[in-house]
Amino acid sequence: MVSFQPSEEQALIRDTVAAFAREQVRPLAHEADEKGEIPSSIIQQGWDLGLVQSAIPEAYGGAGDTRSAVTGALIAEELAWGDLSIALHLLAPRLVAYPVLEMGTPEQKERVLKAFASAEFRAGSAAVMEPRYDFDLAALTATATRENGSYILNGAKCYVPLGAQADHLLVYARTANRDGYDAVSGFLVEKGTAGLKLGEREKNMGIKALETDELVLENCRVPAANRLGGEAGCDFAKLMNASRVALAAMAVGVARAAFEYARDYAKDRKAFGVAIGQKQAIAFMLAEMALEIDASRLLTWEAAWKLDRGDEATREAYLAKNYAANMVMKVTDNAIQVLGGHGYIREHPVEMWARNGRGFAIFEGLATV
Amino acid sequence: MIDFELQPEIVNAKNMIHMVAETAMRPISREYDEREHEKPWDFLNMMWSASQASNPVTFGGEGKAKKEPAPSFRNLQSAVTIEELSWGDAGLYLSIPNPGLGGAAVAAAGTPEQKQRFLARFRDGEPKWGAMAITEPGCGSDSAAITSTAVRDGDHWVINGTKIFVTSGLMAAEKSDGFVVVWATVDKSAGRGGIKAFIVERGTPGMTVTKVEHKMGIRASDTAMIVFEDCRIPANNILGSAEVKKSTEGFKGVMATFDATRPAVAASAIGIGRAAIDFVREAFEKEGITIRYGISPKKLTTLERDFMDMEANLQAARLLTWRASWMMDQGMHNNLEASMSKAKAGLAVTQVTQKAVELLGPLGYSRKHLLEKWMRDAKINDIFEGTQQINLMIIARRILGYSSKELN
Repeated sequence: MVSFQPSEEQALIRDTVAAFAREQVRPLAHEADEKGEIPSSIIQQGWDLGLVQSAIPEAYGGAGDTRSAVTGALIAEELAWGDLSIALHLLAPRLVAYPVLEMGTPEQKERVLKAFASAEFRAGSAAVMEPRYDFDLAALTATATRENGSYILNGAKCYVPLGAQADHLLVYARTANRDGYDAVSGFLVEKGTAGLKLGEREKNMGIKALETDELVLENCRVPAANRLGGEAGCDFAKLMNASRVALAAMAVGVARAAFEYARDYAKDRKAFGVAIGQKQAIAFMLAEMALEIDASRLLTWEAAWKLDRGDEATREAYLAKNYAANMVMKVTDNAIQVLGGHGYIREHPVEMWARNGRGFAIFEGLATV
Repeated sequence: MIDFELQPEIVNAKNMIHMVAETAMRPISREYDEREHEKPWDFLNMMWSASQASNPVTFGGEGKAKKEPAPSFRNLQSAVTIEELSWGDAGLYLSIPNPGLGGAAVAAAGTPEQKQRFLARFRDGEPKWGAMAITEPGCGSDSAAITSTAVRDGDHWVINGTKIFVTSGLMAAEKSDGFVVVWATVDKSAGRGGIKAFIVERGTPGMTVTKVEHKMGIRASDTAMIVFEDCRIPANNILGSAEVKKSTEGFKGVMATFDATRPAVAASAIGIGRAAIDFVREAFEKEGITIRYGISPKKLTTLERDFMDMEANLQAARLLTWRASWMMDQGMHNNLEASMSKAKAGLAVTQVTQKAVELLGPLGYSRKHLLEKWMRDAKINDIFEGTQQINLMIIARRILGYSSKELN
């Protein structure tokens, strides 16, 4: 039965996260971006909301709540509205916990999920992207070769959130010598494993407060038992669809932040005797921004809803994510334009949102629902 | 709970209407595009009989409201079925006998007596049409600038003025037992507050169709110019109160019908867009071109990229339209969302059909296929029931909290 209304429970979660984003996260965003550092207090506060642990079954020390991609999309939008770097940091542990939750062997669940059911923030992450201009999820180049009871990992990875501090890391590599999602497996790699070389922390155009790292895998040997899902492997396409939904929702959050700021500015700023919002050139820009944000959110919800039903959702998730990536760039750019010169000045957050927004066309696998 | 699965009742209606679209509309689509101003009577009679037999799918539901309570998803069902009919042929869809926009106005603002007098007739007898006359040669989007007048004379109103772009105007005013809802001012000095809507019975002396327009598309639908010359109608044919208020309440009441009709127009647009996308997809399949969802966007061919843009924009428009319709069904105020759906759908479908013609090259431009027709048909959705720009203006006023005086 068609409905555009979140359930009461979803609305409650969304409102709680929205209040956290508004009251706790947003005030820190500017300084975190300038310093390239997120205060540890906010990370623990975010952890205390249970955004990662709630979906972990009670048997492993979590709350055992039903995981929902739609709820995840609602959370991702609100957090990213507060700040994208902090949102990605807070949710990074999901990148290893959720694939294990969904596709891991009982032993992997025991090992990993318990670690993330802790009271203190626990860093976790996944290495998906690779440092190439034509990086393609459907054609990963990192390799994993079976050798007796182990897999030998080789290749380069980049944009690994919290890569240096993650106790548990999920590295994706191809186990078959061909392209395609079904040629890819995930491998649990623990901190300090020989052959896992950490590069320098990356310096990015946006998401400056988020630690992202480059990793090099040089004959990095992991036990075969560390292959996500064991002998059966994992469904990498499905994992990436969940990631697309999360990123699309975050793009909507960033765009909404920029839109709201530009809207308020347009009502306040006077030119030629009236508020600039009373001029069609500005008003129409804002109208299109509002419309496209809603359009993008609905595409994201639909893809999330498909995921929750267990339907094949590659087309919907892919289109929703690409749509959102274009939308957020256009919306944040327009927001700068509404502010004019002030939009270019770092005292206003709009240029930061445009830098952050540019990332969505490049990011893959950096978040999940 | 957020959910995108259509109710089984809507799915049934959709499947039934799709069959009609495929078997009764598509085969005559080209013919009635070429033979402009001729009526496909077999099709019209069939649709009329069908509307007698079952709950009408468009605005025709009012007359039967007492017998069959409207479902709680009536507007959503309309959006879905209008999409199917327009997938068949948007011009034919617009020409289907029903109370139309005039009926929507009577349903929204009429007294029980007026509803009985003007809408009950759609339950039986010969095919009938209702129409709405707002636009004038000198005013379109600025409907507050209407110059047609209504002057009270004893038990009558006397209407004078010229109306253009009246959809199904010929059928409603002269060729069936229908009616036309006319917007006219009772007091020019009062501006919007003086504008009232009046119901004029077909064949009323003084109401004459003087021209039927030749159009770029939707040629199966007649678009009429109607001249009112000392046209006398009963005093109780006014919609709403005759009182002229300083406030614009009455005007707003009439404008509120747009909240229902804009998602309907958006739904029609989406049907045309889907027809175009289906056509392109089938052509690609014949050529062995597959659309690779999931690969790096940098590796997409321009064909794939264009096609995906078309799909995503159409789906975005559809979801905005469903949302606006669903809000109506929930009794929620949907003025902003209705304008969003219309602004998005009108533009998206204009662009989708233009791109489809381009993608198929000589096949797309040829009148051998229907694609070029769909591009011509699509464009009207960017214009009628409020142009894209008027809808952006409404969105802007809503999000900025401005009145029409503050932002115009």
